[in-house]
Amino acid sequence: MSERHLIVGAQLPNGERLDLLLEGGRIAELGTGLDARGAERVDAEGLVVLPGLVDLHTHLREPGYEQSETVLTGTRAAAAGGFTAVFAMANTSPVADTAGVVEQELSLGRAAGYATVQPIGAVTVGLAGERLAELGAMAQSRARVRVFSDDGFCVHDPLLMRRALEYVKAFGGVIAQHAQEPRLTEGAQMNEGALSGELGLAGWPAVAEESIIARDVLLAEHVGSRLHVCHVSTAGSVEVIRWAKARGIDVTAEVTPHHLLLTEDRVASYDPRFKVNPPLRRAEDVEALRAALADGTIDIVATDHAPHPVEAKEGEWDASANGMVGLESALSVVHRTMVEPGRLDWADVARVLSQAPARIGRLAGQGGAIELDAPAELVLYDPSATGEFGLERLAGRSTNSPYLGETLPGSVRWTFHQGYATVRDGEVREAAEVAGLAAAAGSADG
Amino acid sequence: MNHLLGTRELSREQAVELLDIAEDMAAVQEREVKKLPTLRGKTVVNLFFEDSTRTRISFEAAAKRLSADVINFSAKGSSVSKGESLKDTAQTLQAMGADGVVIRHPASGAPLTLATSGWIDAGVVNAGDGTHEHPTQALLDAFTMRRRLHGAASRGRGLDGARVLIVGDVLHSRVARSNAWLLPALGAEVELVAPPTLLPVDTRRWPVTTSYDLDEALGRRPDVVMMLRIQAERMHGAFFPNSREYARTWGLDDARFDALPDTTMVMHPGPMNRGLEIAARAADSPQSTVREQVANGVSVRMAALYLLLSGERGAAA
Repeated sequence: MSERHLIVGAQLPNGERLDLLLEGGRIAELGTGLDARGAERVDAEGLVVLPGLVDLHTHLREPGYEQSETVLTGTRAAAAGGFTAVFAMANTSPVADTAGVVEQELSLGRAAGYATVQPIGAVTVGLAGERLAELGAMAQSRARVRVFSDDGFCVHDPLLMRRALEYVKAFGGVIAQHAQEPRLTEGAQMNEGALSGELGLAGWPAVAEESIIARDVLLAEHVGSRLHVCHVSTAGSVEVIRWAKARGIDVTAEVTPHHLLLTEDRVASYDPRFKVNPPLRRAEDVEALRAALADGTIDIVATDHAPHPVEAKEGEWDASANGMVGLESALSVVHRTMVEPGRLDWADVARVLSQAPARIGRLAGQGGAIELDAPAELVLYDPSATGEFGLERLAGRSTNSPYLGETLPGSVRWTFHQGYATVRDGEVREAAEVAGLAAAAGSADG
Repeated sequence: MNHLLGTRELSREQAVELLDIAEDMAAVQEREVKKLPTLRGKTVVNLFFEDSTRTRISFEAAAKRLSADVINFSAKGSSVSKGESLKDTAQTLQAMGADGVVIRHPASGAPLTLATSGWIDAGVVNAGDGTHEHPTQALLDAFTMRRRLHGAASRGRGLDGARVLIVGDVLHSRVARSNAWLLPALGAEVELVAPPTLLPVDTRRWPVTTSYDLDEALGRRPDVVMMLRIQAERMHGAFFPNSREYARTWGLDDARFDALPDTTMVMHPGPMNRGLEIAARAADSPQSTVREQVANGVSVRMAALYLLLSGERGAAA
């Protein structure tokens, strides 16, 4: 039996206050003074309603690294953060470089029911950077893959990158590049600059990112293809992308929440929670990234949610893993860094965290406007809440969040996926309950 | 002092105090009975994740002369993937009742992680971490300079006005970093000379000057010339073309050494590559402090262990 909810008095991204009746997986009515007609009433006084968030860059770790995360636990974290769809990166084991693996991920996501899982396909076999994976087979599979990425590794061979960009044009695909020149970053541990020299950590120069982005936008221009740049982290990268867009090159770019908030100064603690790829950069870079997100040079925020078990994140810096979990905190960090200073309003947040990522990833049924008959993919957010970001805010399997102990604004109160609530009044629902609702919604779809 | 993790955190007063205690320790070394009862009943663990016989035996001698019990723990190969983690090792030492841990580790920051993790109550002495710091080496260098400059009148003094040239692979040198913080804190002027590839990209926040030309720098008549060990393998990372060109351009060869006044101190943290960064004549000259540095190392490490481990350690915890 499907759920019915009447959301009363929510503030839409455009500032309007309306009631929304969710029924049959869709927004069945939109207006003021709506009659509940037996639907569960959700008091949304003071809450902002946004289209369900869409993350173009999530590591779900399944298959292969289930000690860090699974499709179930990762999408539970997504729901807790207000996400209704996640694009799952290909660096699983086996790598998502065949139709079989991406279809398995798709099925696991549907069964769990917390969010739509849209697999990303590897660009090269085994992420090895040597020959193209079966991009067409993945595109034509049930998973309908449109985003291809070797994330974690850069497609650094220029010929291979050119061919990949060209090839995916056949089915409207995009290459999402992890821009990191490998020779310039051998053994790299942190942003290269004054601090890396003092801390004695091998430097990760900005130019290693910027030079690849510069090459790739020129390649994309040459072959008339679509390029997406993952986790932009430097002011110089922003300049290159701004130049490319002005030139009419079909490039989009993402920034992570942590690169919008945190600087390399955190590394002075040698606390591996702050070890991430690309590394945290200088305050000037953070400012450039915020400005670029505000002016549209950077299109979207994507989490790069990268779960790791405790033992991979508590030893010496060099031996620790790169990555941070980010799904549960993303909206609060965007609120802190962009909304509070007045650089984005809630309509912009809907654009950078939902509409644009769904568009870049060609994902139907997500990232739409909040309107009559639209899919009931929604999040209700309380912007007035504030508090310490603690372990209770994390809903995935791993706890490697850089924000633990920090004060962050806002709180996700309700998340609706396929018309049912995955988060109810701030509580993520039980897995069995959600799986049952998903199964019912799936059969209703036919 | 709870830990000795680096020289960067040391004030001039703290550094002078430590050097003065090292003078007392050195005086004891002249006596027939070299042993003091100060740390009787305390356990010091030498936790070495990297081979370094010289540094280990220096710490071992220092701890034994203070009557501490010494355990040598060699734990080469430390990453999570290779087996026992730093955490497990630390908890083992905690269970064994270590009062002090002397740690040498290939990863920068590992001593800080050990000291602040809560895994262990012991006082931590950094015996060299990655390319970060090697504070007891810098302290023994400062001690050696102070003795040569001021002799018996060393106590209470810094290195005011002394001009120190540090030459070589600064980028990969924890000794250079520790000296770059400590010596200026003691009033010395420090200049780093290296090929541009072997200097960090940005040293503007360091209290030092930098240059690339060794002959020009030697022409400024430094009081101390400290040669750093260069690893010939660095040429594979394209830091310099080959060892011959390095020696020719940045080595303290006979001609450069002969041009120095005979008051110029020649220092090297060891082990030396004779014929590469330093010629035999310079290394074996009376101006060379290399053997004094080794002897002074024991006194300085005694002082560090004394400051950390005698008295009311952990009373605040």
